Amino acid sequence: MSLPLLQRRLYKDKAMRTVMRVLTWLSLFLLVAIGIGLFFKSRLILSEHSLWGLLSGREWKPLSGEFGFLPFIVGTLFVTALSIAIALPIALLSALFLTEYAGSWVKRVVFPIFDILAGIPSVVYGVWGTLIIVPWIADRLGPKFVDYTSGYTVLASGVVLGVMILPILVSLLIEIFTIVPQDYREASASLGATKWQTCWKVILRKALPGIVAAVVLSISKAFGETIAVLMVCGNYAAIPRSLFDPCYPLPALIANNYGEMLSLPLYESALMFAAFILFFIILIFNIISRWVLRNIERNFKL
Amino acid sequence: MKSKFIVEKIFLGLMIISVILVFGFLGSILITIVRNGWPAMSWDMITQLPGGGFYIGKEGGVLNAIVGSLYIVGASTVLGLLISIPIVFYINIYLKSDSKLASLSRLSFDVLYGIPSIVYGAFGFAIMISLGLRTSLLGGIIVITLLIIPIFVRSMDEVARQLPRHLLDATYSLGATRYEVIKVAIRQILPGIATATLLSIGRAIGDAAGVMFTAGFTDSIPTSLDQPAATLPLAIFFQLSSPIPDVRERAYAAAMLLTLIVLILSIVGRMITHRFSKNKIK
Repeated sequence: MSLPLLQRRLYKDKAMRTVMRVLTWLSLFLLVAIGIGLFFKSRLILSEHSLWGLLSGREWKPLSGEFGFLPFIVGTLFVTALSIAIALPIALLSALFLTEYAGSWVKRVVFPIFDILAGIPSVVYGVWGTLIIVPWIADRLGPKFVDYTSGYTVLASGVVLGVMILPILVSLLIEIFTIVPQDYREASASLGATKWQTCWKVILRKALPGIVAAVVLSISKAFGETIAVLMVCGNYAAIPRSLFDPCYPLPALIANNYGEMLSLPLYESALMFAAFILFFIILIFNIISRWVLRNIERNFKL
Repeated sequence: MKSKFIVEKIFLGLMIISVILVFGFLGSILITIVRNGWPAMSWDMITQLPGGGFYIGKEGGVLNAIVGSLYIVGASTVLGLLISIPIVFYINIYLKSDSKLASLSRLSFDVLYGIPSIVYGAFGFAIMISLGLRTSLLGGIIVITLLIIPIFVRSMDEVARQLPRHLLDATYSLGATRYEVIKVAIRQILPGIATATLLSIGRAIGDAAGVMFTAGFTDSIPTSLDQPAATLPLAIFFQLSSPIPDVRERAYAAAMLLTLIVLILSIVGRMITHRFSKNKIK
């Protein structure tokens, strides 16, 4: 039995719409499923310990049932903040130079290079960190400040992560600065502003929402990076007191213990809780940044 | 001299220093990897499976990891494309531009994009345990697929949003259904699809944390979906933690190999993207 052509086309259209709608809803459901799944798995540890006790506890002795996440949370925040503090000024200045000062051919050459470099796997950054940064900190930089350091430190993690997010941050920033209309630069120059004054007072201001978005993206990337950090952070479960102390961020904790966690249900639950903390922070962070972005966009319309 | 010119000079200097730093860091990475990787590189590395005693410095190669990585990346890229292309078109063609569902799913893909791969790995692992599955090729493929779908959707959506309205309207005015409009629109976003594929492959092949729990590690090449599979980043990681210098050097060689694969993929991909762009109507 063959249907008239028009009907067949309409059926096809409807059928495709249904398939696509189901896929879209399923993908929305994925976010919820990850949240619920991880929460469900961490219920066991939450029923044995109080939430506050877990988050503020300093002792990590899974075999005797002590699960304090504070060292790991502090380690994660410390390392992420350090990496942004290293990467952001360098990225901002180089992106400004490449868009405002350098000729257009520079951009044509440099842009693809950054895109390609942004694709280098993080494990390679980790290898670089263990070969270059860790010995440098242990032998050269460390002895000037502290008596002894192994090199596997907060500082090493921050540098490796900072360098890792540099290419993506620079190429995002270049893209953002290029969007700022040429008229603004000309208007600013006609008032007698130097190039730097134009950059500082006009371009950075106009591009602020974009800069915030780029930073949020890089923070998310640095925050959850596992393998590169795992290789240089020292993996020592204590709250780091200085840049030259080892640390133990949350992702490293999960990755290091995945093999043994099966034997103890409470241990497994603790690691799933660590994953849930990561998930939750990223979620909240994204929502807040959206809200901030909307406000900035409203206030900074030049 | 006026102070504003002094400030200008200072900042120009700082900018040049930053650019040098950026290139210095990235150059240092490439040089370090090649300098350490090249001496340990050999034909055996890419054509041999790890032999007995490979991890104490005896002969063998990392073919298991190369093949495992290719299996996982290939399968998850195909799956990812099959799932994400319909989503992108549903958001951009079927839904109105002010639709709540469209903005909700864009938000959720932004969040999913930011979620670290270790969380995907832990989630996948939790699911696998509850289903009674062991670490397997299939588990790795599923987790990597979930990991790259947000990358696919986000970068294709960016291109699809810029589809020229008049082109779509012209197609509708000829009496096309929305499904038929998609056939026209897909030619417009082909370069976007190519770029997105490239990005996803790069991320998929370099990801270690997601497959650590789910695909596991093995010295042989998997022959079915329920066997564990080795991956290059994990091979690098495990060999690097060895106390034996020979084994560590192999890790450097493997790292060079992985870097090379990624660089070649992205250069070839760039050329393909360029070719696809010729059908595009502005």
